[in-house]
Amino acid sequence: MIWKEDIECMDSTGLKALQSDYLKKLIPYIYHNCPVYRQKLDAAGVNPDRIKSIDDIKRLPFTTKEDMRDHYPYGLFSAPQDRINEIHVSSGTTGNPTLVGYTKDDLKLWGDVMARVLCCAGAEPGDTIQIAYGYGLFTGGLGFHYGALEMGLRIIPTSAGQTARQLKIMQDFQPRILGCTPSYALYMAEEAKEMGIDPTQGHWKIGVFGAEPWSESMRREIEAAWNMLATDVYGLSEIIGPGVAQECRHKDGLHVFSDVFFPEIIDPQTDEEAPEGQDGELVITTLTKQGIPLIRYRTRDIVSARYEKCRCGRTSPRISKIKGRTDDMIVVRGINVFPSQIEHVLVGIEGTQPQYQIVVDRKAHHLDEVEVLVEVEQRFFSDEIRHLNDLRERIRKEIQNVLSVGVKVTLVEPKTIERSVGKAKRIVDKRTL
Amino acid sequence: MKITQISVFLENRKGRLYDVCSLLGANHVNIRALTIAETESFGVLRIVVDKCDAAVKLLRDNGFVANFTDVVAVEVPDTPGGLATVLKIFADNDVNVEYMYGFVEKHSDKALLVFRFEDTDTAQQVLARHSISIVTRQEIEGL
Amino acid sequence: MDVPFWNKQVETLDRASLQAIQLERFREMVAWALKTPFYGKKLASVGIASPDDVKSLRDLGRIPFTVKDDLRRGFPRGLLAVEMSEVVRIHSSSGTTGIPTVIYFARDDLDRWTDLLARSITATGASARDIFQNMMTYGLFTGGLGLHYGAERVGMTVIPIGGGNTKRQIQTMKDFQTTVLHVTPSYLLHIHSQFESEGVRPGDLALTRAFIGAEPHSENTRRKIEDLLGIQAFNSYGLSELNGPGVAFECVHRKDMHVWEDAYLIEIIDPKTGQNVEDGQEGEVVLTNLIRRAMPILRYRTRDLAFLHPEPCECGRTHRRLSRILGRTDDMLIINGVNVFPSQIEEKIMKVPEVATNYLIHVDKKGALDRLTVKVEIYPKLFLGEAARLEALRTRIREELRSSIVISPNVELHEPGSLPVSEGKAKRVIDERPKD
Repeated sequence: MIWKEDIECMDSTGLKALQSDYLKKLIPYIYHNCPVYRQKLDAAGVNPDRIKSIDDIKRLPFTTKEDMRDHYPYGLFSAPQDRINEIHVSSGTTGNPTLVGYTKDDLKLWGDVMARVLCCAGAEPGDTIQIAYGYGLFTGGLGFHYGALEMGLRIIPTSAGQTARQLKIMQDFQPRILGCTPSYALYMAEEAKEMGIDPTQGHWKIGVFGAEPWSESMRREIEAAWNMLATDVYGLSEIIGPGVAQECRHKDGLHVFSDVFFPEIIDPQTDEEAPEGQDGELVITTLTKQGIPLIRYRTRDIVSARYEKCRCGRTSPRISKIKGRTDDMIVVRGINVFPSQIEHVLVGIEGTQPQYQIVVDRKAHHLDEVEVLVEVEQRFFSDEIRHLNDLRERIRKEIQNVLSVGVKVTLVEPKTIERSVGKAKRIVDKRTL
Repeated sequence: MKITQISVFLENRKGRLYDVCSLLGANHVNIRALTIAETESFGVLRIVVDKCDAAVKLLRDNGFVANFTDVVAVEVPDTPGGLATVLKIFADNDVNVEYMYGFVEKHSDKALLVFRFEDTDTAQQVLARHSISIVTRQEIEGL
Repeated sequence: MDVPFWNKQVETLDRASLQAIQLERFREMVAWALKTPFYGKKLASVGIASPDDVKSLRDLGRIPFTVKDDLRRGFPRGLLAVEMSEVVRIHSSSGTTGIPTVIYFARDDLDRWTDLLARSITATGASARDIFQNMMTYGLFTGGLGLHYGAERVGMTVIPIGGGNTKRQIQTMKDFQTTVLHVTPSYLLHIHSQFESEGVRPGDLALTRAFIGAEPHSENTRRKIEDLLGIQAFNSYGLSELNGPGVAFECVHRKDMHVWEDAYLIEIIDPKTGQNVEDGQEGEVVLTNLIRRAMPILRYRTRDLAFLHPEPCECGRTHRRLSRILGRTDDMLIINGVNVFPSQIEEKIMKVPEVATNYLIHVDKKGALDRLTVKVEIYPKLFLGEAARLEALRTRIREELRSSIVISPNVELHEPGSLPVSEGKAKRVIDERPKD
């Protein structure tokens, strides 16, 4: 089943006309409602009334995560606050988080694209979905929730964590669809076996996994562990949350819902369009969003794209799994983490910045573990274990507050963190995906 | 009289204790008393040495994190119940002991113990009132 | 005072008309309840085999009470009145043991519940212009998603921040100029105590209202919140078994909570005799859900002690007002808004092989927040080992407990014989929180 067949299978002429139509309305809307963008567009010499076709998009300036940070919180809003119905935030590179706001129409759009996601994965109305993405400010939980509601699925909003309870609920309600991060899916399978439950038995049909990069070998592992079809979903809060692209049953690239999220692949060095099929940075324009529409947003995700029609019938462009990043962001348990966030915390605690290193590992139990090594310095060393433990605990709590991810903090001796040309190596990622 | 203890931060890694001891040994610093407080991932080595200032400089120069702490070295009769007698005096006088450990060697027929008190000054007064002798810095250096 | 209404017609119905609606919905509920194995048997035993056997609201008294354990025993389908395919949402609340109580909603049930919440929010004077920071936990608990939907229906700007992370909560209040909070009173006081260290100055915040609930608190606590933050605080009442929040809510007058009587039949009973008491007298709250078809609940004993005001409210609403919760008839503890049964704790720690038989549950306050400490005795030989091992055991016990009771307690390890053993049945719970 294809949720919006008329649009998802539209021929390229029709699709282009639709996109052009949206862009023609979008640019004047933004220009007249968002002073920050007006300045940006003026500076780039863009006359909003001269936008005639989606091809004109190449003349528009990029929007970056820094833009979102610099104009935090409301600077990039095109809709007035009283039309904003819901707010989410995701990690920012430093102190300020990245803010997203949804109008009523944006929430409808979100429900619609997430219904397309679930349908594309193979869900059918009446199926039960267990949503084990985190609910709250993180877009994962509520995004799936809205899509499932729109599609008419039965929802079990377990949110993330509390694995024993997740497994108990699975047994009791036999959901056919599971939504969570891929690493959590593997972790739950392990836990199930330990509790004497055979995860391959039963009711499963599909998993819709995302919010962190994962590989084909993880896919095979998950499919074998749960006896289900494991599909990949892509999205980011700045654009809408989950719901930008999704794999169909052929698992041959993620269908971008390009009628509303227009994708471009560029060479991050030159900012020029990358040749078809080549790796490049994914850039997205939200063609119909009202609250915070974004023009040519640099996702910093490296992907490649293909444009031919898929066997499933969808004509939308397909992107590969994420192959890398253009920055030093890492994704831990579905949460985006920037080393600069941790740096910010340490400066706040000790006044000056001690040497630190972030070690990410995924051990046998499949969950990401973050260890932050902090070099002990003379001025905060104390003879009393209690004080050192308090310090460790304070650092741990503050980092956890900022990242929303639990971390382990280890105090280490000075000069033990590996340095390359004087500068400490900030991230050691030991995970094999 | 207070004496000075050196505290050294140590990761729980193989050979770290050896590194400290060999460094001190090679530079003719003699360890008089020693204990290690451990946690899951790190420990704090506490030592009393004969050449305190030199030892700390040496340690810091070699990349260790080391600090001074005031402690009191107390002579305790080396007989059954000897320590208990002293501890009872502390308990009766509301003197709180943070931690304590023993010296490597004996001092005549007495045992020597290092005490870290919550309030060192009060503790010293109590010890004096009860005529319990404490060991001076000079004595430590001469041991 | 300007009194805003969401649905003025229903909220100001005269008693007779309200009762007419109640009777109609009560009979409808009986019809749904009869479809469930649990109530089918229960109702038959008192001679109710069809809705026609219900002639008046007085017939309610014929129906036996439903208690929490009934829900657990009926799990998963014993109380389900519709096909599973019509259930669109599942929530749960804590059970007295590891098995949670599961609550089912059909699509229309959610719609009606959401409407009650929109009604509740509007009654406080909050409106579409407000920015609403929802600090209750999202997920299987009804507190978060319940108000989320209600606020969205009113048209507020919703920030679904969930519980915890004080720094971020305060930062969010500042950055987004939040006007309305939904929070437990103790957490709100804790948040306030952190204002100074987080650099919040007067005038930085735009707060006007807080919806407070999920844990018992006194009038003094409310006053304190209102004075310290310069806002109005509104009590709210609800429990997952009866949908969740929105069973009763305070209006602009803040003189106890209007029970939405077109949606819930409320009785106050003497917990010993089970007989109804007069309005104004304290007793156990018993509720019948009139709007949820997927999982009807008749005469549910909430274990909460409260009373109903006999006199009408100045706001003009005819729905009676329920006092704040004055106590419990069982040993359930509410720790920072989370319901915890001592039996849940016992069940978990007795499964840890290192733990001997004696334990103690200790509750007190640290600042504004509740602090739960579980003290356990462990076998002596374990004390001979390394400190690090004991630390690991402590962490393990804490994690085990957290998986069952959701909150993370302090765990203290004690030598055998060191915890007090009382004569006969050990007194396992010591609650040292000040009553005020």
